[in-house]
Amino acid sequence: MSNQTPRSAPALSAWDRVKLARHAERPHTLDYLRELARDWVELHGDRAFGDDRALIGGLATLGGETVMVLGHQKGTDTKENLARNFGMARPEGYRKAERLMRHAEKFGFPVVALIDTPGAEPGIGSEERGQATAIAESLLTMADLGTPTVAVVIGEGGSGGALAIGVADRILMLENAIYAVASPEACAAILWKDAGRAPEAAETMRITAADLAGFGIVDEVIPEPAPAHERPEEAIRAAGEAIGRHLADLRREFPAGNPEAMERLRAARYERFRRIGAWREASPAANGLESDPLLPR
Amino acid sequence: MPAMRDFFQRRGKFRPEEADDDRADHHIPEDLWIKCPKCGELIYSRELAREGRVCPKCAYHFRLRARQRIAQLVDPGSFVEWHAGVRPQDPLAFADASGTYDRKLEQTQSKSGEQEALIVGRGAIDDIPVSLAVSDFEFLGASMGSVFGEKLVRAIELAAEHAEPLITVSSSGGARMHEGLFSLMQMAKTVAALARLGRAGVPHIAILTDPCYGGVTASYATVADVIIAEPGALIGFAGPRVVEQITRQKLPDGFQTAEFLLEHGMIDMIVPRPELRETIGTLLHHYARPGDRDRAAERAPLAVSHE
Repeated sequence: MSNQTPRSAPALSAWDRVKLARHAERPHTLDYLRELARDWVELHGDRAFGDDRALIGGLATLGGETVMVLGHQKGTDTKENLARNFGMARPEGYRKAERLMRHAEKFGFPVVALIDTPGAEPGIGSEERGQATAIAESLLTMADLGTPTVAVVIGEGGSGGALAIGVADRILMLENAIYAVASPEACAAILWKDAGRAPEAAETMRITAADLAGFGIVDEVIPEPAPAHERPEEAIRAAGEAIGRHLADLRREFPAGNPEAMERLRAARYERFRRIGAWREASPAANGLESDPLLPR
Repeated sequence: MPAMRDFFQRRGKFRPEEADDDRADHHIPEDLWIKCPKCGELIYSRELAREGRVCPKCAYHFRLRARQRIAQLVDPGSFVEWHAGVRPQDPLAFADASGTYDRKLEQTQSKSGEQEALIVGRGAIDDIPVSLAVSDFEFLGASMGSVFGEKLVRAIELAAEHAEPLITVSSSGGARMHEGLFSLMQMAKTVAALARLGRAGVPHIAILTDPCYGGVTASYATVADVIIAEPGALIGFAGPRVVEQITRQKLPDGFQTAEFLLEHGMIDMIVPRPELRETIGTLLHHYARPGDRDRAAERAPLAVSHE
C-alpha cells in the first residue's frame, strides 16, 4: 500500500479517503477551536477517576454565543499522540463528555461535538473501568439532552467511540472524513480473514461522507476543495460556517429557555434516530399482535 | 414443550452407564450425550435440558437459544411473539470473501430457523406482564443490525405504552458489520428509546449472558435499571484477543467474566440460571405499584398499535 496521500481528484476511492481522514497533519479539534472560537476555556476531568486528554471539552464563543465544545483530540507527532492516546478515549473521557453535556443543558448552551477518533480505547484499564457502560451512558444522556446539539465528523469516525458524542440533532461530515461501524482493517480481518484487504472492505462498508449523506444518516457534507491538511483554514472555516448555520436553525426552531421547545427538540431528535435502519415488513399478520392471549378479544 | 417448571425440578443424577439406550454402549451420538466444556462430564442431553442447560456437576452454563431462554423465563404459555414480520435487508449490497450478505442471511435463516437475531414479544413472569427482547447468538453471533434495532425499539415503545417492564436478555458479538453505519446507529436508536422508557418510569431489567460484547454492551444492555449477569459469562467492550493484541499484556485472571464485572461495579448481581426467573419475579413485584394489575386489565382491550 502506498503511503502517498492522494490529491482531492475527481474519483477518490474510499481507501484514499481513509488515508486522508487519518492524515497526521489533518486539522484536529484544537485547530478548529483556535480558528473558530473565542474565549476557549477547557474544562477537565470526570470527577471520578481522571482527565482524559483524548477527549476534550470546554466553553467557547462560537458564532456570537457560548457553546459547549466536545472533541476527540489526536496528536500531530508521536509524543503528542502518546499523550493524547491517538485520540482513543477511555471511560473517563466519555464520563467527562457526559458531565459536560449535562452542564450545557443546565445553562442552555448548545453542544458542538467534533468527532475524530479511531475508536474507544480497547485496554485492560478501560475494561475494568467500564468502557462499554461509559459509552452507553453518554449515548443515553446525549439522546435525551434538552439543548441543541451539532456533531461534525472532522476526520475519523471510529465506531462506538465516535458515536458516544454523536447522537446529535444535526450530523455533518467533512468531505474526506469517514464514519464506520468498525475500522476497515478490523472488518477485513474478520470478514475476509485478511487485514490486508482493508481497501476492499473500506469500499464495501460505504463509509464516506457522500455515501452516508445518501443514506440520510448525515445531514450535510462540508466540501474540501483541497484536502483539509493542505488548506486547513479553508476546511475549518467551511465547517465553522456550517456549524453556525445549523446552530442558528436549531435556535430558531427550538428557542432557548423554552421548556416546550426543548420537549419538541427531544421528540425531533428521537424521530431522527428512530427511523434509521433498513428492513422490510412482512404482512402485519406475521407480527402476531392479534393472537396475544393477554389482550382480550 | 414440557412445562417450564420441569426445568427446575432437580432429578436424581443421571448416570451415563445407566442409559437404557443401547447405542450408548458403543459410541456417543452427538444428540444424546454432551460433554461439559468446563468439567468434562458427559451429560445426557435430556438431563441437560431438564437442568436448563446447566451442567449438573459443575454448574457450567451452556448457551441457550433465544426460544429456550424465553421458555425458561416466562410463565408457561404466556409468551406471544411480536414483529416477527420485520425482516432484514441488504442496504449496502454488501459482499465479503464468503459471498453476498443476502446469501449469508438466507443461509443463516435456514440453518438457525430464525428470521433475525432478536425475538421480541410479550409474556408474563410470575403473573406480571412484561415486554421481552431476547437475542439469539446462533444468528450471526446475535449481531445488532437494523432489524435487531427496530424490533427492540418496538418492544421498548410497547413497554412504555403499556407501562409494563422491559426485560432484555443479551448475548452478542456486537454490531453487524454487513450493514455498516446503519448497524452503529442502532446503538443510538435503542438507547434513545430507552431514554423515553425511563421518562415514563417503566423499569428495564437487563440480563447479560455469554458472550456479550461491543455495540450491544456499549448501548441498551448497560443502561438498564438492573443489570444481571449469568455466572461465568464473558462480557466486555473489546474482545479479549483484541485487548491482548493491542496492549501486548497478559490479561488478568477472570478478565471480562461476570464475576470481574461485579467486582468492578459494572453489574448489580450474578444470578445462576435456575434462580433467574424467581429473582426477576421478585424484582418485578418491587416495581409493580398498587393497582397496576387492575389498570393493566383495563388497558389491555385498547390493544396495540400497528406500525
